[in-house]
Amino acid sequence: MATGASDIAVRAEGLVKSFGSTKALNGVDLEIPKGTVLGLLGPNGAGKTTTVRILTTLLRPDAGRAYVAGHDVLTEPDKVRRSIGLSGQYAAVDEHLTGAENLYMVGRLYGMNRSTARARARELLARFRLTEDADRPAKGYSGGMRRRLDLAGALVAKPPVVALDEPTTGLDPRSRIDMWEVISELVDDGTTVLLTTQYLEEADQLADTIMVIDHGKVIARGTADQLKAQIGGERLELVVDDAADLPLAQQVLADVGSGEPHVDQHTRRAEVLVDTGTKALIEALRRLDQHSVVVNDVALHRPTLDDVFLALTGHAAEEAAAESGTTSKKKVKA
Amino acid sequence: MTTLALTPQGGFGGALARTFSDGGTIMWRNLMNVRRNPELLLSATVQPIMFVLLFAYVFGGSIGDDPVMYRDFLMGGIFVQTVAFNSAFTVIGMANDLQKGIIDRFRSLPMSPAAVLIGRTMADLAVTLLGLLVMSLCGLVIGWRIRGSFTDAVLAYAVLILFAFVMAWIGALVGLISGSVEVAQSAGFIWIFPVTFISTVFVAADRLPGPLQAFAEWNPISALSDSVRSLFGNYQLRPPTDAWAQQNPTLYALISCLVLLVVFMPLAVAKYRKVAAK
Repeated sequence: MATGASDIAVRAEGLVKSFGSTKALNGVDLEIPKGTVLGLLGPNGAGKTTTVRILTTLLRPDAGRAYVAGHDVLTEPDKVRRSIGLSGQYAAVDEHLTGAENLYMVGRLYGMNRSTARARARELLARFRLTEDADRPAKGYSGGMRRRLDLAGALVAKPPVVALDEPTTGLDPRSRIDMWEVISELVDDGTTVLLTTQYLEEADQLADTIMVIDHGKVIARGTADQLKAQIGGERLELVVDDAADLPLAQQVLADVGSGEPHVDQHTRRAEVLVDTGTKALIEALRRLDQHSVVVNDVALHRPTLDDVFLALTGHAAEEAAAESGTTSKKKVKA
Repeated sequence: MTTLALTPQGGFGGALARTFSDGGTIMWRNLMNVRRNPELLLSATVQPIMFVLLFAYVFGGSIGDDPVMYRDFLMGGIFVQTVAFNSAFTVIGMANDLQKGIIDRFRSLPMSPAAVLIGRTMADLAVTLLGLLVMSLCGLVIGWRIRGSFTDAVLAYAVLILFAFVMAWIGALVGLISGSVEVAQSAGFIWIFPVTFISTVFVAADRLPGPLQAFAEWNPISALSDSVRSLFGNYQLRPPTDAWAQQNPTLYALISCLVLLVVFMPLAVAKYRKVAAK
């Protein structure tokens, strides 16, 4: 596997990649210690997929260097391909082949002989709960099953590193949780994982370290807790019955919250970031009740990717995607 | 973690062996696709029969002097035309693979990039062989016969197979350039119409107007048709014109095939590397 005594499985320095006039990556550095999960978090077009494609040798960077399991992606692509498995956003399975045939084909292309490839395929199908459907063409698989089959394809050669590019985008909640379990098991086995996602919750669940990326640049890195501390925990939101009570609500929220409250006259909504969760919620409601303010709706939201973006960049994630333009977005993601 | 015993072979010989073994795996995959979608074989078999019947019985009477002789002449041309049209399979198949994510999977594996193209062209060659078999049977029904020697007949089929391989590689390049299956569906056919019709597939070169005659005389499709006819000992509509290509159809056909192969194989591989890297 890795040459040398390094305990870093993946290392990238100063990655730059442009598509036409769009800079998809503008100097990205990253490091993934062996056996850990790095979550790459960002909106569409931020450069997540481009990073994954460079690390899996599908794309050459314009500048910068990258090493996987000690091998240079530029000078030793074949060794890198043996060390890193890729499971992409668009499940790379042949829909006319059965699940077993898909994995058999991948095994053969890794240089396994027929019986080894066949045995490995069966082993993976069992592990990913696809045994019952092993001999059905993948065409009839659900979205979640296809993703699991695709992930199984990435694991055929037992690579020490796995890159998962938005593994749950477009999946229903049940399949998403299934996928999370599968990824957790992978990590328990000691695999190093690079995970890209648009969902903070997903990075929170699976990643040891999170890197937030926007416009091809890393804008924050740390553990999920560190990032949350940075953006002030949760968001308390309430709707009052009478717009005349809004100034009072604003005052109360300013007292219980950790930031400047936002008030919307039209929807009679007031919101603020809070550090103390339900405590702040109870305190706010108690004080509003003392003043006989009628509250129609109240909610405590866990921070979303939008909150992270709002806190880190001052603009929402969707704006970030829109700014980078639809054409460039398509290129970066394609 | 344990690493599975994979056998990376070194050196040029090892690389070549791996390319062919990977090519074999991809070919297996493509043939499984055909097996699961037998309707793909319809256009490879029904379409040539349609052309035979249309030209033999609708145009035949007007083109040749004798409809029976024309049918004997026609088959050699239709064989070549069928092979040329079958390249559309490669065009569409290649575009389809690119559009789906499967090429990403292949590219993330430590396999030879040429193997994807070899597997594609070899599988399409197998489909074309089936087409040629069906056509030969259809020809026998309408009065076409192999009138030459056994060796010449084998040589005729060998020329057709070589041409099919050439067309598959051209088709692979066109498919890679197409960008989408929708474009590939028309791009695969459009250019083949003039190339096969301005030739001696259906008519004799000397009946064509000036510039078209020159094109037809030197069109490799003409040389292939005439070569196959002479190897099968079939009727020639008219004596060849004075052009060298017309006088030496088999030699010119073989040279054309080899030149096209030498040009298009590396072009297709280079384009594959470039397109897949997007």
